[in-house]
Amino acid sequence: MSHLLEVKNLDVKFDTDEGRITAVENISLSVDQGEVLGIVGESGSGKSVTAKSIMKLNPGNTSYNEDAEIILDNENVLQFTSKQDLKKIRGGKVSMIFQEPMASFAPAIKIGAQMVEQLLIHKNINKEEAKSISINMLKRVGIADAEKRFNQYAFELSGGMRQRAMIAMALSTMPKLLLADEPTTALDVTIQAQVINLIKDIIKEYQMGVIFITHDLGVIAQVADHVAVMYLGSVVEKGPVNEILKNPKHPYTKGLLQALPDINNLDAPLSPIPGNIPSPLDRPTGCVFRTRCPHHNPEGKDGKIEMKLIEVEPGHWVDQCGIQCGQNG
Amino acid sequence: MDDNLISVNNVSVNFDYQENFISKKQKIHAVNNINIKIKKGSFFGLVGESGSGKTTLGRAILGANKISSGNVIFHDDERDYDLTDMNKQDLKEYRKKAQLIFQDPYAALSPRMTVRDIIAEPLEVMKITNSRQETDERVRDIASKCRLNIEHLRRFPHAFSGGQRQRISIARALVSNPKFIVADESVAALDVSIQADILNLLKQLQTELNLTYLFISHDLSVVAHVCDVVAVMYLGHIVEMGPSRELFKNPKHSYTKALLSSIPSIDPEKRSEAIELKGEIPSALNPPPGCVFRTRCPNPGVDCKGGEIKMGLIEVEPGHWVDQCCAL
Repeated sequence: MSHLLEVKNLDVKFDTDEGRITAVENISLSVDQGEVLGIVGESGSGKSVTAKSIMKLNPGNTSYNEDAEIILDNENVLQFTSKQDLKKIRGGKVSMIFQEPMASFAPAIKIGAQMVEQLLIHKNINKEEAKSISINMLKRVGIADAEKRFNQYAFELSGGMRQRAMIAMALSTMPKLLLADEPTTALDVTIQAQVINLIKDIIKEYQMGVIFITHDLGVIAQVADHVAVMYLGSVVEKGPVNEILKNPKHPYTKGLLQALPDINNLDAPLSPIPGNIPSPLDRPTGCVFRTRCPHHNPEGKDGKIEMKLIEVEPGHWVDQCGIQCGQNG
Repeated sequence: MDDNLISVNNVSVNFDYQENFISKKQKIHAVNNINIKIKKGSFFGLVGESGSGKTTLGRAILGANKISSGNVIFHDDERDYDLTDMNKQDLKEYRKKAQLIFQDPYAALSPRMTVRDIIAEPLEVMKITNSRQETDERVRDIASKCRLNIEHLRRFPHAFSGGQRQRISIARALVSNPKFIVADESVAALDVSIQADILNLLKQLQTELNLTYLFISHDLSVVAHVCDVVAVMYLGHIVEMGPSRELFKNPKHSYTKALLSSIPSIDPEKRSEAIELKGEIPSALNPPPGCVFRTRCPNPGVDCKGGEIKMGLIEVEPGHWVDQCCAL
């Protein structure tokens, strides 16, 4: 069975004035139809860069490695160069929703006009049809007075409503894959709960694949089927959500879970992961986590163990250095 | 009475609002009739969604927002300061004793000043130290308490990560030796591992330097972890207040219950147990009469539906106060 999306051995590097930065190294992921893949990690771990690579949205100084493949619907996205081809993925087969909906809508164009515009680009329909599709979609995401909102500007909507409009816009072209980059981070908890339920309903209804990027493990537990934990551009652990959260093997995943305040266990101390995330300019050789790892084994500390995911349980992959460290602690 | 550091008595804060120059002047009721007492050495938490008035209340207590009615008393060792009745000299004294830590450590630090100058600025502005040597000593002392390296003092903020910058902001707030700190969403912009680090630091400094905190946050699990007493705000009112363990174990108000159930559980098997609140927080320009929460309340009573029950806290257990609409 082929996956909806398969990312194989992806490296992403940026050329900057200070030198070449490795943002993402040797990542392999897959998403099936109707499945939510959660990507978690701290800021600077390469989550957004990975997602943007799927739409080739990274800036001009980006270079991908030659043997990398991003296969979407049996086509390698990385081979696309013409505008025609890119248009097929950007907004067509793949849509993206962002953290800050205010920054994603043009402030001086009505929301309806923006929704219609993108539908006209991707679908072979006329303006009237596009308008009715858009209004129906706005209704579907729970916006009351959809006809009125259609003729309003982004600043006239509240935060939660703007995020709903953003979701409606992303879904109106019926993409096969939805990239959601921190879509609930800027929202209040009660609104976050509404938006999470909405996204779950819609995934079920339209059977699309979703990559859900967040730093919030609680949100991951609520929406994702599979999780990939990223640190400094590498996936250190991945597997089914239940496995990862209940039976974490890598010291970084364990650290993230221990740092999280749990409202059901107020006596547990908050234990931060020691140290700071290193600059991508001096990325450690070998295991990327070794500079902060609390239980490093001697070889891993010297950077002699290469990063390589090993399957410890069916579907549960852990970096090989992390398996040994995880057993120590 | 003496063990309170701050008493907030019937405080309201209104803002004037005029949509354009011909329309009628209106009042935004940002904070309504708030009564809180903050004990010395306590970690007082203020939670609520955006627009609930928590920041406005925090700023009013610091004297940074004008108080429309009511008063705030700061009980210092020798004397009491009444914030609504203060001359310039008193305000200067008060500023040394009450300080603010901001949310965004990227915006709060001037990019053109070295870390040493950033931390030293309050000392110079408030004329606390007499010589450069003394200033340097105090800067170094507080920097090491906030776990900053001495070498870091010569650098500029851009060289630091979010967690380190937040430690610089904390050092700057603490350098004048204050007694009372308002921490406004001070960990909201940080990654979880760094958030835990900063929370631990705040706790440690509290015992070391004898501090009292007003901790403003939208994140209930963080508040539950660090605070002793918590007040839940909604649309400018406190709807529930009490010792944090009691309040989180045994919430009485339907808004607190909904907030608690909305926290995404870390357990994938416990999905969608959230009490979903319909709609969004109403505008503070014309809040609903009676109980302000009734437009979104999942189980409104017969009386409160019509807005007949006025807002007002009732003590249901010792120290645990709930708005009367939900307590009845």
